[in-house]
Amino acid sequence: MSPRPGFVLEVDRSTPPTLFWHGEGFRLERLPVGSRVIYPPEPVAPLADPEAAIRQALEHPVGDSAPLSALLHPGSKLTIAFDDISLPLPPMRPPDVRQRVIEAVLDTAAAAGVDDVVLIAALALHRRMTDDELRHALGSRVFDAFAPHGLLLQHDAEDPSGLVHLGMTEQGEDVEINRRAAESDVLVYVNINLVAMDGGHKSVATGLASYKSIRHHHNVRTMQHSRSFMDRHNSELHTSNWRMGQLIAKAGVKIFQIETTLNLDTFPSQFGFLQKREWEWSLKDRAAFHTTRAALDRTPPAMARQIFQSIRSPHALTSVQAGEVEAVHDLTLANVHRQQLVEVQGQADILTMGLPYISPYNVNSILNPILVACLGLGYFFNLYRGKPLVREGGVCIMSHPTPWAFNPVHHPSYIDFFEQVLAETTDPIEIEAKFEESFATDPWYIHLYRTSYAYHGVHPFYMWYWCAHALQHLGQVIIVGGDRAAVRRLGFKPASTLADALEMAEDVVGRDPTITHVHNPPLFISDVR
Amino acid sequence: MKELLVERSVARFAAARAASALVGSGNGIGVGPLRLAERDPLALPGPDWHRVRPILSGICGSDLATVDGASSRYFEPIVSFPFVLGHEVVGIVDGGPLDGVRVVLEPVLGCEARGIEPRCPACSSGRKGACERIAYGHLKPGLQTGYCADTGGGWSESLVAHGSQLHPVPEELSDDAAVMVEPTACAVHAALLGAVVPGERVVVLGSGTLGLATIAALRHLTLPAELLAVAKHPVQRELAAALGADHVVKPDELERAVRRLTGSLALPREGSLERLTGGADVVFDCVGSSSSIASSLAVVRPGGRVVLVGMPGTVRVDLAPLWQREITLVGAYAYGCEMTPDGLRSTFDVAFELVAAARLERLVSARYPLERYEEAVRHAASAGRRGAVKVVFDLHRAEKASWRTARAADTVSQNAAPESTPPKRTPRVTESSKLSEPRKITKQVEAHE
Repeated sequence: MSPRPGFVLEVDRSTPPTLFWHGEGFRLERLPVGSRVIYPPEPVAPLADPEAAIRQALEHPVGDSAPLSALLHPGSKLTIAFDDISLPLPPMRPPDVRQRVIEAVLDTAAAAGVDDVVLIAALALHRRMTDDELRHALGSRVFDAFAPHGLLLQHDAEDPSGLVHLGMTEQGEDVEINRRAAESDVLVYVNINLVAMDGGHKSVATGLASYKSIRHHHNVRTMQHSRSFMDRHNSELHTSNWRMGQLIAKAGVKIFQIETTLNLDTFPSQFGFLQKREWEWSLKDRAAFHTTRAALDRTPPAMARQIFQSIRSPHALTSVQAGEVEAVHDLTLANVHRQQLVEVQGQADILTMGLPYISPYNVNSILNPILVACLGLGYFFNLYRGKPLVREGGVCIMSHPTPWAFNPVHHPSYIDFFEQVLAETTDPIEIEAKFEESFATDPWYIHLYRTSYAYHGVHPFYMWYWCAHALQHLGQVIIVGGDRAAVRRLGFKPASTLADALEMAEDVVGRDPTITHVHNPPLFISDVR
Repeated sequence: MKELLVERSVARFAAARAASALVGSGNGIGVGPLRLAERDPLALPGPDWHRVRPILSGICGSDLATVDGASSRYFEPIVSFPFVLGHEVVGIVDGGPLDGVRVVLEPVLGCEARGIEPRCPACSSGRKGACERIAYGHLKPGLQTGYCADTGGGWSESLVAHGSQLHPVPEELSDDAAVMVEPTACAVHAALLGAVVPGERVVVLGSGTLGLATIAALRHLTLPAELLAVAKHPVQRELAAALGADHVVKPDELERAVRRLTGSLALPREGSLERLTGGADVVFDCVGSSSSIASSLAVVRPGGRVVLVGMPGTVRVDLAPLWQREITLVGAYAYGCEMTPDGLRSTFDVAFELVAAARLERLVSARYPLERYEEAVRHAASAGRRGAVKVVFDLHRAEKASWRTARAADTVSQNAAPESTPPKRTPRVTESSKLSEPRKITKQVEAHE
C-alpha cells in the first residue's frame, strides 16, 4: 500500500486535542473549531538495497560527469567532504548514510589505486565535531582508518593557509574555499538532503567556505529576498550560492556531488505517536503518550534534554544521485518534494507551531532562545513554497519553554549576542550594521571556533537573519509557555496558554481569525496556493 | 532639638551586625546603636562656626554600614561618640552673619575647622580629605561632620559647621540638586583620581548614587572611549545609560561584556570564562565589597587601575591578580581640590557644576521625616530593588513621607503632596554665588553686606 500523502484537517467538535511539541515535552491543545491542521505525509518506502543504489549512482552519474571510477587514477588527489553534525535530525541510527556513501567512495578509490585521500567535515562556521560524533557519522572503519593518521579534517574557515581565494562573482562576491578541497583532482561532496534548502552548490560554496565568502549570502538582505530559502528558485540565498558554485567549477575544481534523501520515518517506535494523526492513535499510542508525558513532567530539564538528545532516528534512504552538481540537485529536489510536499489552499491569519527540542545547531546541546527563534521563524516558517502559511501582518504562535539557557562551549557568542545585542535592538538590519563585524572578527570567538567546539562568533547573527523574512512579514510573534524574560528579550510576547495567545493575537488580526497549525516534525513543505 | 544619635554600645553594634547579616542591609536599624533623641543644640565650638538647620540630608552607604554595625573598626579612633549621622546636607544657616543663607556642607573636618596651625601638608595643598589631623585640634576626633561628637550631623534639626565647610547654593539650584553635591564631589574626586586617558575603556561597577554620579563625572570630566556600567536593577540601568554609560550590563554579565568590549582573550574552564587575559583600562568600584573588588581585579587589564570608590570594610580578596598583572589599586575618599583644565579647583565647585549639568537631582527618589527613620533606612538599604536611588531625610516636612521613583523624579511625587517640589529659597548671597566662582562664604557675605 503506498504511503498516504500529507493531509489538511479542519478541526471540528469531534477532533481530539492536537499534539504540540514543546521542547523536551509535549502539549495537547484544543484548537478552535474551523482551524486547520497540516499533517506530514507518511514515510515513503526506502530503497530496498541502499549499498547497491549508492554503487549504481557512483557508476551512473547524472549531468556532465564521468563515473567516479573513471575520474580516479593512481596518484589522484581525492578529497571527500561531508555534511556535519547539523544533519540529519535527529541523528540517524547507524549506519549513517554518510558512512554508507563514503565507504563506497573509498572502495572505488582503492580500486582505482588512489592513496591520497583526505576526509573533511564541511563545517562552514559550525562547531567542530567530537570524535564520537565523527565516528557515528562515518562508522568506526572509516574513522579508524583516517583519524589516527591526520587524514580526517574539519574545515577551518579561519585558517588563512588552509583557504584559497578563487575569485569574485560578477556580483562582487568573494569565493574563498578550503584549499585542500580546491586543489584536489576530485572533490567528492557527500550530502544529506533532509530539507529542500540543503545541497546543490550550497554544499561547497557554503560548507567549505570562509566567513569572507559566506557573508555575501548569509545576510539580512538575502534572507529577506528568499521567499523562501526552502524554495531554491525563489531563494536569493541559493542564487548567490549558485553564482559561487559556477565560479568554483570555472576555476577548475572538479566536484563529484553525491546527494541523498531520507524518508520521514523520524522517531523510533516508542515515540510512534509523534508520527500519527491524533484520531488514529491506538490504545498503545495513547498509553505511550501519557506515560511519556508523565515521566517527562517528573524529569529535570537537563535529564530530559539528555534523553531526547540520545534519540536516534530510523530515517531511511529514499534516493541517492551523483554526478554534476546541478543535475544531481534537480533530482534531489524532486525526491525531497515527493516525500515532503503538502498542498495547502490559502493563508491563515494565525500560524501555530510546536517547537521540538532540536534544531540543526544544537545537536547534543541546548536549544537556546536564539535557536528557538530560528527554529520557528527561520526553519518552520520558511518550510513553504508559493507563499507563507500565514498572511502578511498575521501572527505566529510558537510553543516552547524557551529557557534562558545556553551551552557555553557550543554557543559562547550566542550568550553575548543575547545579553548585549538583543538587549539593545532586535532589528536585524541594525544588528547587522552595528554588531556583526565585531563579533565576526573577535579573536576570542575565532580561537574557540578553531580549537574548541564553538560555533563561529558570527553564527548567532545568521540565526537572527534566518528570522528576518518572518520578522518582516509577521505582525506579532507569541511564545506559549516560554521563560517570560527570555521571550521578551527576543522581542516577542509571552503567553501562558494557547488560549491566551489566541486572544492576544486577535488584537493584531481581528476577531474570528483563521488558524493554521503545522504538525511537525516530521518535517514537510507546505505548497501554499 | 530632634536628632538621630549613634551612641557607643558594643552590644548594640553587635546586634545590628548580626541582624543585618542575617536579614539584610538596613535591618540593623531596630536593634542597633541609632536612636531618635531630643537634646539641646550644640554649642558653637569657636569663632567662624555657624549653626545650620538641615533642609535635606541624604542617607549614604557609609551611614548604612554604621547603622548595620558593619563599618570597619579602622574608623574607631577617628570618630567620637555620641555622634549624629548625616554628611550629605543642604541647610540654612541659622543666626549670625550668614543667617538665612542656603548652604551645602563640605563635611570633612580638616585642620582649618579644627583650628590647627600650621596646617598639615595635605590641608596646606587643598587635599582636605587626606587631612592628617582629623583626631586633633579643638574638636573631638571625627573624620567628617556626621561622625564627630562636637558638630552634630545632618540627621537632625540642627548642626554646627565651620565657615570653611559651607558652600552657598545658587538660587536656581533646587534642594534636591543641592543635597546631591556632596556625593557628587566624591564622584568627581574619584573620576579624576582614575586619571582616565582619552580613548581608554572604563568600567563603573555599581550604579547606586555613587556609581551613577561617577558615571556622570567620567562622562563630563574625562574622555573614555567607552564606558561600561554594571547595574543590578532596572532603574539603575536606565539612569546609568541616561547619565552617559555606553553599555549597561547586569553583574553576572560583566566579564563577558568587558571581554567583548576590549577584544580580550580569556582563559576558559569547562566552557565558562575563567578570567580575562586583558580587560578594561580603569575600573571604578563603587560598591566596595569582597566580590566587587574581586570582579574589578578580574576585569582590569594588566597594568590597569582599580579605583576603590565605595567604602570597603574588612574584605577577603585574592590579590594574586593584583601582583601578577601589576594592577594599581587606589582608594578614592572624599574631596579637596582637583587639577582641571582650568587649573586647581575645589572639588565642590566642580561638583556644583556637574550636578546642574547632569541634572543629578533626578537621583533623589524618596524623602522621609526624621521620625520615620527606620523606614527611611530600610528604604535606602533596598533602594535599587525598590526603584529608588537616593533616599533623604526631609527636615522641614510634615511627618508624612513622600517618595517617587527615580525614573519619574523630575516631575512626579507618587505618594505625596503636590508641594513635594521644595519651595525656592533665595540665598542672601547673590552675585558671588555663580558656579564658577569660589564659595568661601564668609568673605562673600561680608562683601555683599
